[in-house]
Amino acid sequence: MRALPQMVKIESRLFLRDSATVLFGVLFPTALLLGMGAVPALRESTPDTGGLRSIDIWAPTALVFGMVMIAVQHIPAVIATYRERGILRRLSTTPAPPGSILLAQMIVAFASVVASAALLIISAWAVLGIAPPERPLEFVAAFIVGYAALLGIGLVSAAVARTSSAATQIGTLLFVALMFFGGAFLPRVVMPDMLRAVGEFIPPGLQALTTAWSVEAGEITATNGGLPFWLQIAAMAGIAIVTTAIAAKLFRWE
Amino acid sequence: MDAIEVRNLHKRYGKHVAVDEVSFTVEEGEIFGIIGPNGAGKTTTVESIAGLRTPDSGSISVLGFNPVKDRAEVRERLGVQLQESSFPDAIKVSEALELYSSFYQNPADWRELMDLLGLTEKRHTRYKALSGGQKQRLSIALALVGTPKIAILDELTTGLDPQARRDTWSLIERVRDAGVTIILVTHFMDEAERLSDRIAVIDGGRVAAVDTPAGLIARSSASQQVRFRLRQPLDKSILTDLPDVTSVDMSDGRWTVTGNGQFLTSVAGALARAQVVAEDLRVDQRNLDDAFVALTGRAPDSSIPFERKVD
Repeated sequence: MRALPQMVKIESRLFLRDSATVLFGVLFPTALLLGMGAVPALRESTPDTGGLRSIDIWAPTALVFGMVMIAVQHIPAVIATYRERGILRRLSTTPAPPGSILLAQMIVAFASVVASAALLIISAWAVLGIAPPERPLEFVAAFIVGYAALLGIGLVSAAVARTSSAATQIGTLLFVALMFFGGAFLPRVVMPDMLRAVGEFIPPGLQALTTAWSVEAGEITATNGGLPFWLQIAAMAGIAIVTTAIAAKLFRWE
Repeated sequence: MDAIEVRNLHKRYGKHVAVDEVSFTVEEGEIFGIIGPNGAGKTTTVESIAGLRTPDSGSISVLGFNPVKDRAEVRERLGVQLQESSFPDAIKVSEALELYSSFYQNPADWRELMDLLGLTEKRHTRYKALSGGQKQRLSIALALVGTPKIAILDELTTGLDPQARRDTWSLIERVRDAGVTIILVTHFMDEAERLSDRIAVIDGGRVAAVDTPAGLIARSSASQQVRFRLRQPLDKSILTDLPDVTSVDMSDGRWTVTGNGQFLTSVAGALARAQVVAEDLRVDQRNLDDAFVALTGRAPDSSIPFERKVD
């Protein structure tokens, strides 16, 4: 079983050499949040938001950006490339377990998402004075389960995309759709109720992340009659399981 | 024990029969060539041996193991260099070797292998930046890094310039001399003729012949030709009366003698006895191309262009 640690080591290096992904997946979310934080209007607290600044409420969107980037853009593109170029095929002629390269990919990608989130949370705290997640356990749960749901969608894309360019195109569409509900174009706080309600079921689950980060912000972005926190997490877990099962069913090695 | 035994292999993709009926055995320590026209079933055959395809019927034994059922045992002992397979662009030569050596129980020392294949200078170079020949050498190194008993090399020198091809050939001979059994799939007749101890000609999903290169050539060529000039006159019957000579033509002092078997020796002897000197002597050497045409009724495919090395 020396194969997996070696694969993780090499895949990590390959990840770090892929400067576009490091830039957009790991560094850009923090840059985006700090950039938004530099806008004076977003740093003013208003009475309608109970003293919270717009940036406090919007911060989880920057976090979602990195998660979506890695799960639906990066991973499917890498897997589709590995398939298209015969890298998976070549590996399958060695004694290494066939799934180990995918597992190594997931491990490296997850580490990068965690790094992206850690950088974002620390910078938000240090530079913008946004407090770290108030409910750390819930936050970790929302983050992991939400990421798993995103990853499931990414894996379906990786399973069906025949070429790396197809994977990239699917990834871009998914990115736009997911980031819409992730509040990148229209902050969740100003979304109509119906969109907010739908958004609770769209990975990675912005509402759950927002609530776990700041209870006050969560109350502002929540809908009347929205799902309780743990039901939102359960919905994400369900999406993760179903999409991963579909991906496993559809996955082709060649 | 035979290194590989293929019995009545049959494989179809949908309605298309890729391999109809293929049987052969590969002996331990030999270079076994597989030649045939494009689409003849060569690649499907070796992919089945490597366990990448499951035969529809027939059996394959690799050192006594079944490639599908005994996946781990076969993969541990069989090194593969495949057509249309590659490595991540950003991986460095040393990383690819170290990674692949970690897959095997008794890997070769990858640094030694890197040295043997002349890649040490390039160890920090990314795969994408390697030349065609260097990529091919890396691919061979990775096929050998698990110290396999058998190596399958599919279209080893396609895309290489002539010098790189020759270097690769001598490398393959060294690998064989180290005791590795080699299956060489190629559409280059010169390569098969030069390297193979025995060759299987596969055509239309069937084995047309299995023999040594010389055996295949001898089988296929009923007649050979020798051409020369004579300054002195010679009575034509001296040559036509020779056994094994089938025809003699003479025009403008240029002689063309066609025959078979040992006719070359008898022609040379007859000329010597007649005390005439043959000048500008040419024997049209029969080669594997002729054998290929005779066995398959087609010219070997030579349409795959060379990729010139750009420095």
